[in-house]
Amino acid sequence: MSLPTPPAVQSDDGASIESMKQVVRRIKFESELDLEFGERVAAKAYGQKLLSCIQCGTCSATCPLSHYMDYTPRKIIAMTREGFREEVLNSLTIWLCSSCYACQVQCPRQIHITDVMYALKREAISLGFYPRRLPIPVLAREFFKRVLKDGRNTESWLLISLYLRTNPFRMLKEAMLGLRLFVRGRLTVGRERVRRRDQLRAILTPGRPKNGGLVK
Amino acid sequence: MTYLYYPGCSLRSTGRAYEESLLTVFRALEIPLKELDDWNCCGATSYVSIDETDAFALAARNLALAEAQSSDGSVQLIAPCSACYLVLSKTERYLEDYPDVNAKINAALDRAGLRYHGKVDVRHPLDVLVNDFGLEKIAKRIKHPLTGLEVACYYGCQTVRPFATYDHPQYPETMDKIVKVLGAEPIDWPLKTRCCGGSLTGTIQEAGLRLNRALLKEAKGRDADLVATCCPLCQHNLECYQPRINRMYDEDIDIPVAYFTQLMGIALGCDERELGMHRLMKKPSLKHIMHPKGASANAW
Amino acid sequence: MPGKQTNGEIRIGFYVCHCGHNIGQTVDVKAVAAYAEKLPHVVVAREYKYMCSDPGQELIGEDVRASKLNRIIVASCSPLLHEHTFRTAVEKAGLNPFFFQMVNIRENVSWVHTDTAAATQKANDLVRAAVHRVAHHVPLEKKHVAIDPAVLVVGGGIAGIHAALTLANAGKKVTLVEREATIGGHMAKFDKTFPTLDCAACILTPKMSQVKNHPNITLWTYSEVASVEGFVGNYTVRVRRKPRYINEELCVGCMECIEKCVYKEGKTSDEFNVGLSKRKPVYIPFPQATPQVVLIDPEVCIEFKSGKCKKTCVEACDRDAIDFKQKETVEEIRVGTIILATGFKTFDARRVPVYGYGKYPNVYTSLEVERLVNASGPTGGELILRDGRRPKTVGIIHCVGSRDKNTNRWCSRTCCMYSLKLAHLLKEHTDAEVYNFYIDIRAAGKTYEEFYDKLLEENIHFIRGRVAEVTDWAVRPSEEGRLVIRAEDTMIGIVRRVPVDMVVLAVGMEPQTDAGDVRRLFNISCSTEGFFLERHPKLAPVDTFTDGIFIAGACQGPKDIPDSVAQAGAAAAQALALIDRGEIELEPNTAYVEAELCSGCKTCLGLCPYHAITRNEELKKAEINEALCKGCGTCVAGCPSGAIHQHLFEDDMIFSELSGLLEPQPADCC
Repeated sequence: MSLPTPPAVQSDDGASIESMKQVVRRIKFESELDLEFGERVAAKAYGQKLLSCIQCGTCSATCPLSHYMDYTPRKIIAMTREGFREEVLNSLTIWLCSSCYACQVQCPRQIHITDVMYALKREAISLGFYPRRLPIPVLAREFFKRVLKDGRNTESWLLISLYLRTNPFRMLKEAMLGLRLFVRGRLTVGRERVRRRDQLRAILTPGRPKNGGLVK
Repeated sequence: MTYLYYPGCSLRSTGRAYEESLLTVFRALEIPLKELDDWNCCGATSYVSIDETDAFALAARNLALAEAQSSDGSVQLIAPCSACYLVLSKTERYLEDYPDVNAKINAALDRAGLRYHGKVDVRHPLDVLVNDFGLEKIAKRIKHPLTGLEVACYYGCQTVRPFATYDHPQYPETMDKIVKVLGAEPIDWPLKTRCCGGSLTGTIQEAGLRLNRALLKEAKGRDADLVATCCPLCQHNLECYQPRINRMYDEDIDIPVAYFTQLMGIALGCDERELGMHRLMKKPSLKHIMHPKGASANAW
Repeated sequence: MPGKQTNGEIRIGFYVCHCGHNIGQTVDVKAVAAYAEKLPHVVVAREYKYMCSDPGQELIGEDVRASKLNRIIVASCSPLLHEHTFRTAVEKAGLNPFFFQMVNIRENVSWVHTDTAAATQKANDLVRAAVHRVAHHVPLEKKHVAIDPAVLVVGGGIAGIHAALTLANAGKKVTLVEREATIGGHMAKFDKTFPTLDCAACILTPKMSQVKNHPNITLWTYSEVASVEGFVGNYTVRVRRKPRYINEELCVGCMECIEKCVYKEGKTSDEFNVGLSKRKPVYIPFPQATPQVVLIDPEVCIEFKSGKCKKTCVEACDRDAIDFKQKETVEEIRVGTIILATGFKTFDARRVPVYGYGKYPNVYTSLEVERLVNASGPTGGELILRDGRRPKTVGIIHCVGSRDKNTNRWCSRTCCMYSLKLAHLLKEHTDAEVYNFYIDIRAAGKTYEEFYDKLLEENIHFIRGRVAEVTDWAVRPSEEGRLVIRAEDTMIGIVRRVPVDMVVLAVGMEPQTDAGDVRRLFNISCSTEGFFLERHPKLAPVDTFTDGIFIAGACQGPKDIPDSVAQAGAAAAQALALIDRGEIELEPNTAYVEAELCSGCKTCLGLCPYHAITRNEELKKAEINEALCKGCGTCVAGCPSGAIHQHLFEDDMIFSELSGLLEPQPADCC
């Protein structure tokens, strides 16, 4: 999938201003910000010190995916802190983050940036802020459902359910690779299961429906 | 002292060769290893994207089981897959550092009749082999030194960041030391821990492919004969998409990617099939490079 | 020996201050005065708007005379503020100043409570306690200690040099002790100084030579302080003088011995050139070293290692100055005040391996670059890199080992300016493209901002983005064979890869490696970062908590040359203030030993944080040095025999204060 450009902003009277030959109006009014957003996110990622960020840019500089992101990690931290909820949750950044922790290890304020990215992922998923077929949240949900049911993940079935829900044609594209893996015994048909699935169901949030319906 | 072994879901699927070679090598070195009974998925990166409490609780069940299944004062749990290693380490660490998290998670475990008392030490096989077992002891058992083999040691990201204390988070050396003791030559390259993209090759493929292209191209450019890995997803990413990368970016990459445990097994004289060599996509390349002393060419 | 007041009757004058609204708004001072009047022995009880004012103080004087008062209590602010003021007023009124007791009803009552009724009650309780206590006060005499006019300055960098010269010019005798074989410190290694771009050596060496020639300064280089004993005005210091194996009186610094040494070229890392060049076993740190005397390194000199050298150096010396038999000596001096100016060390860039220092040859620290661009440096001022290349592009990375919780939390204050300076010098020497990667530009001093403007006009690139790594991984052909700096250009808002030939790391300033040992030697404190601790960060930056010892320069915290010189002058002034006064007054709240009760058990010796207690071996009793004693009370509490007492805090005073405080009141309910 190709990487998008940041969206044009709407003015606050609801009308959208079409771009006239590359002229785009961009301004942010305080009334459009969600000032508690930053605090909420920080509270989730173990009280992480978003407020200490000096915007030095080390995280973006070390992130191997930052040059594919619409907003670099540094910008996401600044925007989260200031309450740019819409932009942050709609960004591609939070999905592109592969949680390699390179940023967290080098941050001079020791901010747990990766934990913040996870918190933003959770926020986006729980609010449904993602295109229905974006593979990453879909993968997370499928993974979640499968583990809730069996206690373990079977990669073959996981991938199949992922493709079915996002782009069935990919199954054809990946079929050759799948076959090569299958003949080498690296894709199994049988499902891996835990014996004491009852323990798992007790441990994981009780009352959760079996198909992994998401609640916050 | 017996090490408990946590395979993780990948080692039963795409990472099968990792489990096979790990168990074979540990057997050859006579390190007592026992699989954690009824282990469940660690949750990897997906669970924590949905619900953090559940993610910790899921991982914590394994820690509680490990405590129950070991009579050691400090339970040593080996998790070879990087994601599992990270999730289990993170859970162990956060349960220790944050009392409120500890209370919440133990309350969840309690609903299943389990409890975690903080006695588990999550270990990576690299750490155990070099720091517990020792390089000299490994050296003594080498039967077929891998002389002339130039190896790019690729650690991936989650093996060394952010919780691992046994090696440097950007410039680790543990695998290089093992490779050296096997008789091979680890190349000096700057991308040892640069992320391979993890599951991005399955989701946002272009981003994932580009990351792997950078790694493979640099390894090839520095004359590596093969890439050694310690994570099943890294191995899968680096190995399986080479034809696609060549096509999309006009490259010419054809380099075998093996688990470091497989290299160890070969040097220790273990059986090829038991090491899962047949599961690799690039076996023929490996044949041409290895010249084990005293073994016939047909052994491979 | 405490005793009761001989004439029997206690007559207390009580004053409570409104302190404007500060106390008056929360505490009902009229009620407090009325309450006090009814307490035993209180003869006069007044409330006044501002007791610390002149009329306020005069009130005390008038009442003492009119009512024959012999004890005074003032209930007002903190003793830290005005205890001295009121004691002086009491003394002026003709009483012993220690018949005075202060009650803090501002910081302890009106500033911390909002309930006026409860606050007034609390004030009453505190006043009652003081009334009980003051009855037991006895007259005390202030002690005076003479101040020896000689001064010791430790550290011969720019701060130490300036302090020594200031004091010597004021006619005082100064001993300047420097650990290295020459004075000059870090400044001697710099090429040019910001923002004037003066040549560092040109402005420094005249001062160094003044130090050498000054009749009032005794310069001991290659020496270290071994022990310090005593107290303010009376320090005994032993200095260990390391052997140069050269007779300092005879050597004229002609350097023939170096020329003729059996080593054809140097093999030992040259510390002055920060390891960029090599020196021989016989060497001089740099040509303008002061004193201009060579020295021999016994670790590498063949004569020392094997005893079988041709000793061409001895032959070459026509002054017969070489003496292989020279030994270390220990000198003892007596001084009254000490100034510590021991400087700093640079951050070890190996602690940040992502920047490649030590791994890639063309990564340098700023101090190394100072030597590279210096005309008397290892490359004669030519920008020739370790691999022989001349750089066409240079990247300067700010904040290495500063502003980072993973290394040093603080900002090292000088690096932005020196990075700008190096950018200018590098551009001048090479006309290369120069990139400065920064987080903030800190250019706060006089004409510093203007210097930054000048650099912008020289087309130096400024990229605001902290560098994540320096790598030799090339993505594009133009990056092959070069070092690539990856940073986010946060201003433009995009990630950039900049290939460079040379990387300069702006390393931060840290305390010296042995700062912890040195500060213990002199019995001063240091902060959590390890820099020597000043008495007050705003109002007493060069004093320490140990009387008579002052600090100046980078040892107190990162700073540049103008600030170091200013602090050196300040420290010299503080020392002069003590010396010219000739004596110092000590607060008599010291502890003393009642010898008959002392069993000689030595428990108190280890308890004293100020090393004020010694054991008299003949009498087998503990003795307290009143000049060193700070009145902390630890030994008083710790003595198992109850043999130690403290002036102003005798048992009867404390117990009476407590019983006064706890006396049940009619208004008290359960």
